[in-house]
Amino acid sequence: MTRVTSIASNTFREAVRDRVLYNLIAFALLMVAASLLVGQISMNIERNVVINLGLTAVSLFGLVIAIFIGIGLVSKEIEKKTLYTILSRPVRRWEFILGKFGGLVATLVVNTVFMAVGIFAAVFYLAHHFQRADAYLLVALYFIILQFVMITALALLFSSFSSPLLSAVFAFALFVIGTFAQDLRGFASLTHGVIGWIAIAAAYVVPNFAALNVISSVAHDQPVAASLVLYNTLYALLYSAAAVAGAMLIFERRNLK
Amino acid sequence: MPTFVAMPAIETFGLEKTYTVGFWRKRPRCALRPLNLAVEEGEVFGYLGPNGAGKTTTLKLLMGLMFPTAGSAKILGREVNDPQVKAQIGFLPEQPYFYDYLTARELLEYYAQLSGVEARARSRRVAAVLERVGLRDVAGVQLRKFSKGMLQRVGIAQAILHDPKVVFLDEPMSGLDPIGRREVRDLIESLKQEGKTVFFSTHILSDAEALCDRVAVLHQGELRGIGVIADLTSSVRGKVEVIWQGGVIPPAMHALSAECHLIGAMARAVVGENQLDAAVDALRRANLKLVSVTPVRASLEDYFVEKLSPAEVAAR
Amino acid sequence: MRPSRRTTAILVAILVVCLAAAVFSITLADRARPSATLEETLYIPSPSVLKRMSLGYTGLLADIYWTRAVQYFGGKHVLASHEYKLLAPLLDITTQLDPHLTVAYQFGAIFLTQPPPNGAGDPDAAIKLVKFGIQENPDNWHLYYNLGFIYYLEKKDYGAAAQAFEQGSRVPNAHPFLKLLAARMAERGGDLETARMLWTMTYDDSKDKDIKANAISHLRALQVDETVPRLEQLIRQYFERTGHDPGNWAELVRAGYLPGIPLDPAGHPYKLAPEGNVWVAVPDALPFITQGLPPGVKASEMPKL
Ligand SMILES: Nc1ncnc2c1ncn2[C@@H]1O[C@H](COP(=O)(O)OP(=O)(O)OP(=O)(O)O)[C@@H](O)[C@H]1O
Ligand SMILES: [Mg+2]
Repeated sequence: MTRVTSIASNTFREAVRDRVLYNLIAFALLMVAASLLVGQISMNIERNVVINLGLTAVSLFGLVIAIFIGIGLVSKEIEKKTLYTILSRPVRRWEFILGKFGGLVATLVVNTVFMAVGIFAAVFYLAHHFQRADAYLLVALYFIILQFVMITALALLFSSFSSPLLSAVFAFALFVIGTFAQDLRGFASLTHGVIGWIAIAAAYVVPNFAALNVISSVAHDQPVAASLVLYNTLYALLYSAAAVAGAMLIFERRNLK
Repeated sequence: MPTFVAMPAIETFGLEKTYTVGFWRKRPRCALRPLNLAVEEGEVFGYLGPNGAGKTTTLKLLMGLMFPTAGSAKILGREVNDPQVKAQIGFLPEQPYFYDYLTARELLEYYAQLSGVEARARSRRVAAVLERVGLRDVAGVQLRKFSKGMLQRVGIAQAILHDPKVVFLDEPMSGLDPIGRREVRDLIESLKQEGKTVFFSTHILSDAEALCDRVAVLHQGELRGIGVIADLTSSVRGKVEVIWQGGVIPPAMHALSAECHLIGAMARAVVGENQLDAAVDALRRANLKLVSVTPVRASLEDYFVEKLSPAEVAAR
Repeated sequence: MRPSRRTTAILVAILVVCLAAAVFSITLADRARPSATLEETLYIPSPSVLKRMSLGYTGLLADIYWTRAVQYFGGKHVLASHEYKLLAPLLDITTQLDPHLTVAYQFGAIFLTQPPPNGAGDPDAAIKLVKFGIQENPDNWHLYYNLGFIYYLEKKDYGAAAQAFEQGSRVPNAHPFLKLLAARMAERGGDLETARMLWTMTYDDSKDKDIKANAISHLRALQVDETVPRLEQLIRQYFERTGHDPGNWAELVRAGYLPGIPLDPAGHPYKLAPEGNVWVAVPDALPFITQGLPPGVKASEMPKL
């Protein structure tokens, strides 16, 4: 376990020493600030605009960070051969994957906390006090983090067998598909026979990011049911576990040429 | 009484690796033919071969980085992927590259954690090993500012960091200046003094000659010879270099040696050991003054040339 | 020196179990999600904004919105909902994004028009939708048919219906049937035979399974509406001849009034009710019927055909 945490903390260290990360966070915070301006233009819905735009910025920039760090997690180490000196130590291959995953998730959580502070500051600036509905924002942010966990797991999965560029394409494509997961099920349920079954299976296996997106309802100050929080948490964690297990499975059999 | 046989530190059993190359039309490329090798504990073992011989391939297989096409290997009597084995080996890859956002000290601390070095001993061990490879003064510098030679030293440092029993070095001298090579040689010597097993690959013969107890010679994935250096070289016939004064080469000398020429007022010829008497006689008869007679020690180079078929040498 | 079998087995097990459990928990999450909080606010209501956001992929987006509309209607219909607030905007967005998606007009013509729980009960929205369709696809006779159908079905405006059918019949390659319909509207708009023709036409004309199922329900209801008065008339005749109502169908069969026990289109025998009435056994199995309903069972929401 100490090996896994060592690898995780090194991954975290790698991320925080990367200048790109700060640029992205700064940009996201800038967007939150800009949302205040946009909110002022569109009368009466400042709060709605700030929350919508702010949460969208957090989720998109976090996504970019997750994908761009995630895809390099394994393939870069193979390419630069830094793995050789890791795997010639008493580190099992699955431990390496787990450590990398943990490190990136930790990075993303810390990022999200930073960006969340920005959003809360903007919301506070508007109302000069916090209100009960602000707590729903926390749920939305929590769901966004769950999305990051899932996309990280998927990026890791792709990274374990394909090149960074291809992994990025795969991960991004899955994100887009996952955003329309609900519609995909709609399509699937319109097909019949064997193809219908395959389509339905595919529609359920694809990551469902739509289920984890409550931004617009939170922007309308609507609460999120506790049971939904529970099931979504279960879903995201189980799905990520499956993807990470897949990454480990592939990586265990890889020849590091 | 049972008899105890020294356990080999490294052993391979018909180890074989075939790469597949080509994207559309996959073709097999045999990089290592069945390799049977045993390296005893405490030995400094040289793994020799020209470029592309399969040295790195062998090392990657031994490190468990790749899976063999056939055969198997053991280190310290255990499966190579056994974590207990991994804790007792050190590995320097060829042309090593490390996380360049870390300082030398951070990198070694990290590796020490992964190798299971106790937390208490860690920083002391790291400091000691940095001292040993001569990087003490740059311990706090990020690796992206390191030169190639300095990186090679970091590589050696991480290989010996956790006091491993067996050290694998893939071309440890490459990228180093003459002083650096000297230092690495001394380091390998001292590892030997400490009773460690050192397995290192190189295509530079003089390094191997100076250090190794035994060497193996690999060519095109095939083991061409293995043994003590003296044995290997003695299988190559000895020669003698004869130098004399007076700028003439007696005709009899031409008959004895294919390799004779004038050097200013002197002349030089290389003859076979068994023809030394005839050569000296020839000089005496021509009234030329003998200056020196030195045996030309057969080198691994000769061994290479002799062992690799002429066609192979010409093709290189 | 092979990858460890044990590790492989454990990882495969984790993968399979976690994936299955994940799929299970997402179905739970689907149920936990109140449609009000998510679905109803999820959509961007403005088609023009959407069009810009689709970056040119309007066809794909239209398909997505089309499935959303179908899913939305299907999901609510199963729950016998009385509110289909989003159906009109969804179809509106769909057709704005892809004006040539004719099935959407057809779907709207029926399910926007029918009163709840079988539709949104908003014939004006349906008319607006289909008129937009005709404007975009003036050569498609199906749309004229759909328009006439709305006038006929809910507005009972047989004149407007006849006009729509008439216009449609002038489109090249129009189904000859449209001419017939136009004529029939004028003389006997309200009779059952016309209704049967229309629903049969709708059934044959559509590939959408919801539309087909709906047409079949209507055709069955028409059959009931036709059969029940006939049976009641037979009972009256029997009463006049014998002076008492029949105790069961068998009496009528023995007396030669019926060849056998009459079954409704759902496969249940009709019920002989007091005072010479005839009821269907399971009214829920036969939506849209206006005859044969036991007292107290609401028929008011069903369309009058
Ligand atoms: N990843 C790979 N894919 C295909 N062929 C490879 C791969 N790696 C090595 N080879 C081939 O295998 C053979 C042995 O290569 P290897 O790297 O083991 O040689 P080497 O002895 O280490 O050479 P050098 O002294 O140049 O480092 C070569 O012919 C090489 O082309
Ligand atoms: Mg090599």
